[in-house]
Amino acid sequence: MRRLSVLLCSGTACQSSGALAVKQALVEAITAQGLSDEIQIVETGCMGPCELGPILLIYPDGVHYVRVKPADAQEIVSEHFLKGRPVRRLVWSAPAPEPRTIPFFARQKKIVLGNCGQINPEKIEEYIAQGGYEALAKALTRMTPEEVIAEITRSGLRGRGGAGFPTGKKWQAVREAKGHPKYVICNADEGDPGAFMDRAILEGDPHSVLEGMAIAAYAVGAEKGYIYVRAEYPLAVKRLEVAIAQARKLGLLGPRLFDTDFSFDVELRMGAGAFVCGEETALIASIEGKRGEPRPRPPYPATSGLFGKPTLINNVETFANVRHVILNGGDWLAQMGTATSKGTKVFALAGQVKNTGLVEVPMGITLRELIFDLGGGVPQGRKFKAVQIGGPSGGCLPESLLDVPIDYESLKDYGAIMGSGGVIVLDSSSCMVNVAKFFLEFIADESCGKCVPCRVGTRLMLQLLEKIARGEGTEEDLAELERLAHFVKDASLCGLGQTAPNPVLSTLRYFRDEYLAHIRDKACPAGVCPDLIHYVIDPDLCRACDLCRRACPTGAVEGQPGVPPYRIWLEKCIRCGACFEACPFGAVQKRPGRKG
Amino acid sequence: MTVEKTAILQGFPRSPDVLLALLHALQRANPQNYLTPEDLRLAAEYLGLPLSRVHDAVTFYTMFSLRPRGRHILRVCGSPTCHLGGAGSVLAELERKLGIKAGETTPDGLFTLEVTSCLGVCGVAPVMMVDEEVVGNLTPKRVREILRRLREEG
Repeated sequence: MRRLSVLLCSGTACQSSGALAVKQALVEAITAQGLSDEIQIVETGCMGPCELGPILLIYPDGVHYVRVKPADAQEIVSEHFLKGRPVRRLVWSAPAPEPRTIPFFARQKKIVLGNCGQINPEKIEEYIAQGGYEALAKALTRMTPEEVIAEITRSGLRGRGGAGFPTGKKWQAVREAKGHPKYVICNADEGDPGAFMDRAILEGDPHSVLEGMAIAAYAVGAEKGYIYVRAEYPLAVKRLEVAIAQARKLGLLGPRLFDTDFSFDVELRMGAGAFVCGEETALIASIEGKRGEPRPRPPYPATSGLFGKPTLINNVETFANVRHVILNGGDWLAQMGTATSKGTKVFALAGQVKNTGLVEVPMGITLRELIFDLGGGVPQGRKFKAVQIGGPSGGCLPESLLDVPIDYESLKDYGAIMGSGGVIVLDSSSCMVNVAKFFLEFIADESCGKCVPCRVGTRLMLQLLEKIARGEGTEEDLAELERLAHFVKDASLCGLGQTAPNPVLSTLRYFRDEYLAHIRDKACPAGVCPDLIHYVIDPDLCRACDLCRRACPTGAVEGQPGVPPYRIWLEKCIRCGACFEACPFGAVQKRPGRKG
Repeated sequence: MTVEKTAILQGFPRSPDVLLALLHALQRANPQNYLTPEDLRLAAEYLGLPLSRVHDAVTFYTMFSLRPRGRHILRVCGSPTCHLGGAGSVLAELERKLGIKAGETTPDGLFTLEVTSCLGVCGVAPVMMVDEEVVGNLTPKRVREILRRLREEG
């Protein structure tokens, strides 16, 4: 009889902070105490609060341990598992060891992420025990394809990849399209910087995606599916491979599912490092083994997609919603969310926010609730400055817009989008010119080069931003930047180029002062742009430890060990920041403005 | 053609759409982590594609290399989240300790340093991939530890 279950988050983020070493140490400690028969360790998918990893959840006690180190294993086993006394210093938000009451969880509505962190994603039995593949059985044996589509349409489900196209309508179009065979594709080429919900779903609950795809295939009349996943996600690839093999073995993929005439199988395809492949026509070209370049639409994939055949493409999170709609009915999903955007959305919190990680909440939540209630606000007492939402297609919003409820439409008027749900919080230490430049560098780099507006236009915009960041910009450059931005937006071939200027336009709109400071005052107020800052040593904090002088590559720091204060010769300083990073006392400080 | 390469080819159907997967497999089998001119020719012949078409695909995707790379590939995430979290000083430390710039390989053939687009592990930024393994919450100090470990492993 198992007395305790230890759920160990083994998503990529927790693995990267050492979850597997913790597991090893726990196994050793449990074995040493002779508890192997009483305690089982379950490796689960992502539990959400990545920043606190590695994370353990102990059942039935409901104790959540965070930032566990291998050295803690001994104490957890001997104190908690053996004597029933939870190790307080590792319990999240002591003294309430009941996970559901922690604000980070209490505010969430986990549907798509319901199984993530609760089941072992490499065991199909655990998925089935949670009602897995029941929706597929229901659809195949008790519903017609038309009824399935009607249910999806009634739910109001829209594409979770960002564009928000109504899912039911898309399915209907593929069902009606002439041509055989038809294909279903899962777009798992998650690439928006700051978005990682698809990875978590694939790693934590891969069967929910397979089941959603199978139901979609039944509805549109397809027999073959492809999952196109980034090669940068090896753990997701592995878990999908395991899931596909297990589903085939149990007859949940393959010929004649549930003794019906419907057959469906899935093949996995890996990308090879190209952001643009997240665009559906580029993705199709890549599955066909070609360069991942987009093509003009129409024809849409629904009529002419993979190998020229009618093709349904949905995103990972969209497919993961499907089984819940089929089991609970369309009306059930439609009662959550806003007038135009139904259900929940998974958001990825990253950047300068206390609780980084994944949260699933009903659509219509405000950015303020997301960042401050769930995210815990900005750490280290710094001040919130902006939030970047929607990845490189999205925009940066200031504090004054934090109370806008988020759905597919609401943020558009303000120059941002919900997009795939990546939320990057920026505090006072971030320079908005630098942030805009960074996103544009990314786009200029990832532009496939097929159309001129995107290939050349983003380059020209980047050159202007670089000029401004160097302190050589003029106010005319800002007007030119805006002119180019609208040109790239209007004339680019695909979504990548059409939305690429958004980070620049939104920062120009809300943080123009900062651009002007770079241009007029030759100063970077946040102290980021290296050409527009200088370093000084605070004589009161300097302890004359000599570390800064030794770190300096140009001999710009002068001083004698043990005789404070040191000082920096601005004429020699190249503003590399080596002294700033070397100083253990915070005596080396950045100041806005070019000097020397 | 080596026996090993024949075996790799025969693991795939002769269908042009498996090109990327085949190239991944050929590249993985090369201890220097790159695709040789012979690899491209074999892939083209096996799938019945013009060599130009294979070259076209290889040069489009950033994960394929036509030049020899190190035994270990270090991919530092260059996304905005990691940038905000201090990826710049992590990359600088790697460049300093390895004596190479991003995109280059150490003369001993042990390391190739690359900057990659978002790795989707933003919750523990800054991150990098050491071959297939993701390492998060990086600092210059952790970078030094990782390099030491990898050098010991050889």
